Order: sequence, then structure tokens, then C-alpha cells
Amino acid sequence: MHKFLEVRGLTKRYGSTVALRNVDFEVSQGEALGLVGENGAGKSTLMKVLGGVVAPDAGTITIADRSHDKLTVQQSMASGIAFVHQELNLFENLTAAANIFIGREATRGGPLRLLDDRTLAARAKPLLAQLGADFSPEIMVEDLSLAQRQMVEIAKALSLEARLVIMDEPTSSLTQSETERLLETIRKLSASGVATIFISHRLGEVKQCCSRVAVLRDGETVAMLKGKDVTPENMIRHMIGRDLKSVYRAPAQAAGEDMLAMTGLRTAYRPLSEVNLALRAGEILGLAGLVGSGRTELARVIAGIEPALGGSMRFAGKELVVAAPSDAIARGIYLVPEDRKGAGLVLDFPIAQNVTMPDLKRYARHLLVDARLESHTANAQKESLDLRCSSVAQAAGELSGGNQQKVALAKWLAMSPKVLVMDEPTRGIDVGAKDEIYRIMRQLADSGVAILMISSDMEEVIGVSDRIAVMHEGRIAGILSRGEFSEERILALAVGRHAQQEAAA
Amino acid sequence: MNRKDLGLLVLILVVGTIVAIINPRFLSPINLSNTANLIGLFGLFSLAQAFVIISGGIELSSGSVIALLGVIFLDLVAAAGVPWPLAALLIVALGGILGLCHGFLITRMGLQPFVVTLCGLLIYRGVARYYTDDATAGFPFGASFPWLEWLVAGRSFGVPHSLVAFILAAVALAILLHKSVYGRYLYAVGKNEMAARYSGINTRLVIASAYVLCGALTAAAAIFIAMYTRSISPSSHGNFYELYAIAAAVLGGCSLRGGEGSILGVVLGTILLQVLQNLVNLLGIPSSLNFAVMGTVILLGVLADQQVMAYRKRSRL
Repeated sequence: MHKFLEVRGLTKRYGSTVALRNVDFEVSQGEALGLVGENGAGKSTLMKVLGGVVAPDAGTITIADRSHDKLTVQQSMASGIAFVHQELNLFENLTAAANIFIGREATRGGPLRLLDDRTLAARAKPLLAQLGADFSPEIMVEDLSLAQRQMVEIAKALSLEARLVIMDEPTSSLTQSETERLLETIRKLSASGVATIFISHRLGEVKQCCSRVAVLRDGETVAMLKGKDVTPENMIRHMIGRDLKSVYRAPAQAAGEDMLAMTGLRTAYRPLSEVNLALRAGEILGLAGLVGSGRTELARVIAGIEPALGGSMRFAGKELVVAAPSDAIARGIYLVPEDRKGAGLVLDFPIAQNVTMPDLKRYARHLLVDARLESHTANAQKESLDLRCSSVAQAAGELSGGNQQKVALAKWLAMSPKVLVMDEPTRGIDVGAKDEIYRIMRQLADSGVAILMISSDMEEVIGVSDRIAVMHEGRIAGILSRGEFSEERILALAVGRHAQQEAAA
Repeated sequence: MNRKDLGLLVLILVVGTIVAIINPRFLSPINLSNTANLIGLFGLFSLAQAFVIISGGIELSSGSVIALLGVIFLDLVAAAGVPWPLAALLIVALGGILGLCHGFLITRMGLQPFVVTLCGLLIYRGVARYYTDDATAGFPFGASFPWLEWLVAGRSFGVPHSLVAFILAAVALAILLHKSVYGRYLYAVGKNEMAARYSGINTRLVIASAYVLCGALTAAAAIFIAMYTRSISPSSHGNFYELYAIAAAVLGGCSLRGGEGSILGVVLGTILLQVLQNLVNLLGIPSSLNFAVMGTVILLGVLADQQVMAYRKRSRL
């Protein structure tokens, strides 16, 4: 069959890290190619290159026999590449037809350029029908389900005469029957000669709809599976397989009693999934899982940012009700959030004021803040965390990522934590600072703190945790003890292999 | 004193000097005393506004609150014969309750501050006019409340008591805003509400309390202003006062995005606005241009500040 897209030797570096290294693959007309890889394997970068958002450092992209060193967004669109993103880029306040033809509206009334809604709807109708959509083009997008919205996105791609539709995790929030419909849509696209790149962590679905699968690992295409080789086991085997260097520091003593136990805990994000998990004193429990598996939402419920939808928590053996963040904080249950700049710190505030914020009343006499006491505590934290700054009066926003994270940590360390939930504690931090954060975490655990570390970084999860819980679609899919740690096991749990096998049986 | 406040002070001194040179009457005791009185009156509710703006909100109903509470106060004291200290207390409490309503609608019902207080602006003005039958409210002939008049509209050693009240309020509020736990929370909530929430701060309570404080302080200002004008025509009393307050706060370094500003800045902003008003009178500029002069100066001031900031940022890189 004729090749539509051919990528050869694609390389992209960000500073010293290599995001893509000599990536090779091709997609034929009407083919559905699967693209799989772990978090951070380079899938997003590859998509950005194909979309013309990021220019590669080396390599060629050949589309319909025309070679390019790099693409612009306009070139990418003009050559027939379209994207259906995980976060849909639709205007909820407009109709489906208006979204499909946004920027290319049909007009009437000559120079008045009035919108011709009737023509828009008439043009949208066959596109939606082609995809098997069951809704009118005149419906508001806000009234559509997620699966229907995806159809609008795909219809938009078709209206642009796309020859290749790239779908990034399109099924991650769909129900079973919606997923079936989407896979059917992909088959229809193939039949009409439109190619698809299907990026997914749901390996069973990849197997169902793709005849060939490219596996990315650390920015390289490590395997191109075909025909009967396309099995979840094969994909997992190729997705992992690098040597992880160990950064493990053994705990000083065995883990203690259950500090925080969750039973049947449900979050608004995945209302039907229940979490059962116990954090022990003196232990670092890694929480692995794919992006979107509900780990951050769980952390937010523990910290009282969002209310639990159901279930219960026990703290040190006693019933725990967290209705507001202050309830959790009062018991020593603290969250170092993933979004450091947005939720962890007030960037314009000095370091000292950030450190004392959650416990400011303790620094006040007759409700007036004692600035000397405040900077005393901040300086003590600065010493113990080896914080690099000109002084604790420096604005937190002026610090490096690693030092900002230390300030976000110092907030809670200054008030003796019992349970510390750390969401992606080292994201965007350089190697040296990472190791320091790990050292601090181990010290805390050895002093009896229960630590829940949410991380998408395999090396970190395996290297730092004493036990690993793996989350899949809002549930704890399994818990591994140190002897059982392997990237393969974690990944299998994270993509829900066991659940899927059962469902298939 | 930060750089912004210093710039504002310099601007006030420069404008004042120029006006004094052109028209020496600017420095006459009568003129200074009158201007000081106006600074005191406008300053009280400008300080109130600043708290709401720092919380990240806006209070558009100040002028209408001043009209409504003004007529109620005069009615209570002059017609209903309520002892004035009790009436004053009632009015301040009522102002706090109105603020509480705003705070409730904003933090619990999730309405936008602009919308809530815009509705307040319309409602209170309408109620004030209905309450008085659209007639001018005032004291009956010969009525006299010497203590009340001395306290809120009198002078000691030529210093109007409204200015004294303003200075006392400014000092108290400066301590509250710049030194207290509450003040720190207010800045944190205004600057990054999410980070404040993650730190366990009850952000709704902090925001709502800013409106309560604003309402109570505006009510106090309403009493001072009512006793200054001594008669209130409810359709025009206090018109545009919320805009004076917002202008003073913005001139004084408050950002409408919240989390920025100082009491000293607001005090200086109020002074500058009143000096400008005075300038229009003294320099023989047609008084119809009053607002135009004020608007131009604010625009230039904010523009200059923006440019200086951008320049400093560039030179730091």
C-alpha cells in the first residue's frame, strides 16, 4: 500500500535530555498504527513534531512523497494531518457544526459576512453521518457526551480533508460501549483511506484496532510489531527493559502501624471506583499509575481539598473526617501538591512567609505576626534543607525549581508531619536536587512519618519506595513489596492487564 | 515605604508646590482645613474599598450604601429620636450586614463580585429614594445635636475630626493589614487563592470578612458624610463615590487582580485625588472638567508606573 507518512531519524533534544532519538516509522494510507510507550517515552514530543509545534534537531518527515526537515503548524494541517487530543479543543458554547467549521464559516449577505448556520449544519451532517454519529449538527457541544465530542473533533479533521488522524489517549475517559464505537469509527476511517495513529495505554484496544504497533522507549522506536506479534505481553516487554540505577536508601527500621487507612474511598473523578489503601508509619509508599489514573484526585481527597464521595478513612486507629484542608492539617496530614507554582506556593511572597503560611497563628502574638520568629523558623528550615537563596526574604518565585520544591516542603516540615503526601515531588527538578529530596524523604520516614509518594517516574518509584501501590482507573490494582518490584509488574498493573484478561475470559 | 508610595508622595508634593506657586490661596488655613476634611471623608471608604480589592474583589455599591445608610441615620436621629450613639452603632452594624450579604453571595453562591456589588449599587440607591419618597432628608429646623456635631463634623486646633478619624482608622487598618495574621491571609488569598486553600486557610471566610469590614467602615463614613452635608438628596448623594475609592486604591498601588497594595498607598492616593479636585477649583479650570483632570492624572500615573516596572524588569535581565 502507498505510504502516506514516513519518519526517518527524527531526533529532538531539550538541553541535555534527549526526548527523541533516531525515531523511524511509517504509516500507509488507511492504516491504523498503534503507538505505545511509558509516561515520558517521547510520545508527546513526537506528536508535537508532527503537528509542527516543535522543530526536530535532525531527521526527515516525508508526507505524501514530499520531504521536510521540519513542519510548521500550517504545513502539518495542509498536508492532511489532524489531531484529536486528550483534552478536547472544542468551544462548548458553540454548536457541533460551528466547531467543525471554526475559522472557515460559511457566510451570506455578501460584505455583511453574516453566519450561514443552515449551510454549516448541512455540510456537517454528512461528516457526522460518516462516523455514525447519532446527534444533530445543531446541538450545543456542552450537551454532548465525551465520546460524542470526540466525534465532533474527528468530523472536524475530516472536514479539513485529513489523511491522517492522530488520536492521543482517545479512550481514556470513555465507557466500554463508547470505546467500541470509537474503534468502529477508526475502522470506518481506514475503509475510506484515512490513516490513524492510535496512542493508548490500553493495550487491549491497541491490539483490537491496529495491525502494526510502534513501541517507543526513552525516545527511541525499539520495536515495530506486526500481525500476530501485536500482543499486550509483547508491547509491555518492549516498553520496559532499561537498567534502572538504584537510588534506594534502606529504612532504619521496619515499617510501623497503619497511620492512615482508606476503606472504600471514592472520588468525584472516578465515582464508581473504590480505593483501599493503608499508609504505615516510617514507610515510603510509592503510588504508581498512568497519568489520569486518579492518583492526584486521591491525594486531594486525603488533604481535604475535595470532599470524598464515599468511604472512610482512619488516622492512627481513629475515624477521620476531612471536610476542609484545615481538618487534615490539624492532624498532621499534609499535601505537597503537584502544581508547585499554582497550589504549593505564593510565588510573590518571600520564602519566610510561604514557610509559615499554614501555621501562621503560631507565629503571632495577640494576632500580630512576629516577623523575627517567622524568619527564625524559615532560617532553620533553610539550614536543614540546604535551601539556596540570598535570604529568606527573597521571593519564592525567584528560586530554581528544586529550591521552590524545598520551600513547598519546608512549609510542612516546620510543623512536624505525621502523614506526608507528595505528588510528583521531583518533577522538573535537576538530578542533584532530586537526590536531596529523596534523602529528606527517607529522613522523615525514619522519624516515623508515613509518606505517600505519587510519581510517574519509574526510576523514582522503584528506586525510592519501600512498597508500591499501582493505581488503574481509580482503583488500587495491586500492591508490590520491595522484593516484587519490577517495571514489568508495575506496568502490567498500571495498564490493567489483570482486569482486562479477566474481562476477556 | 516602598517605591510606589514614594513616587506617589513625590507626585503629591510636586502638584502641591505648583498649585501653591500659581495660587498661594492653596496654602491658606481655610483651604487646607477644607481639603483635609474632604480627605478624611473620602479616605474612610477608600480604605474600606482597598481591603476588598486586595482580596481580589471589587465593591461597587459604596456610594449607594453611603446614601441609604445616610438617610436612615438622619431619620433615626432626627425623626425617630433614637439616641445618636445607638443609631451610629446600628448603622455600622447594618453596613457590616450588607457586606456579609455580599460576601455570602460571592463565596457561597459563587457569584462574581462585580455582579453582586453592581446589583447592590442599584438596589440600595432605589431603596434610599423610596425610603425618603425621593425627598431630601435632613434635620428639622432648630434641631441640634451638639455632641454628635462636634465629634464628627467639628475641629480641634483647626484639624477637622473627619481627618482625625481617617488617620486613626488608617493606623489601625495598617496594623491589621500589614502586621496581623488576618492581613497576611488576605494578601495570600488575593494573590493565589489555591495555594492559600492548600495551606489550610479558610479562604471563603477571609474573603467574606473583607466585605464585612468594608461595609462597616463605609457605614461609618456614611455617618461622617451625612453630618457634613447635613441634608441628603437620595438620588445624588454619594454618586460615583465608589469610583473615587477605586481610583484612590489603584493610584495607591492596589492591583485589581488582588494581593497587592498598602494602606499608606491608599492614603496617598486619596490625598492626591483631593488635591487634584482642589487644583481644578483654585486654578480656575472649568469645574465641568473635574472628572477629566482626575481621569487623565490617574491614567498617566498608572502608565508611568507600568513603564518604570517594565524598564526595571528589562534592566535586571
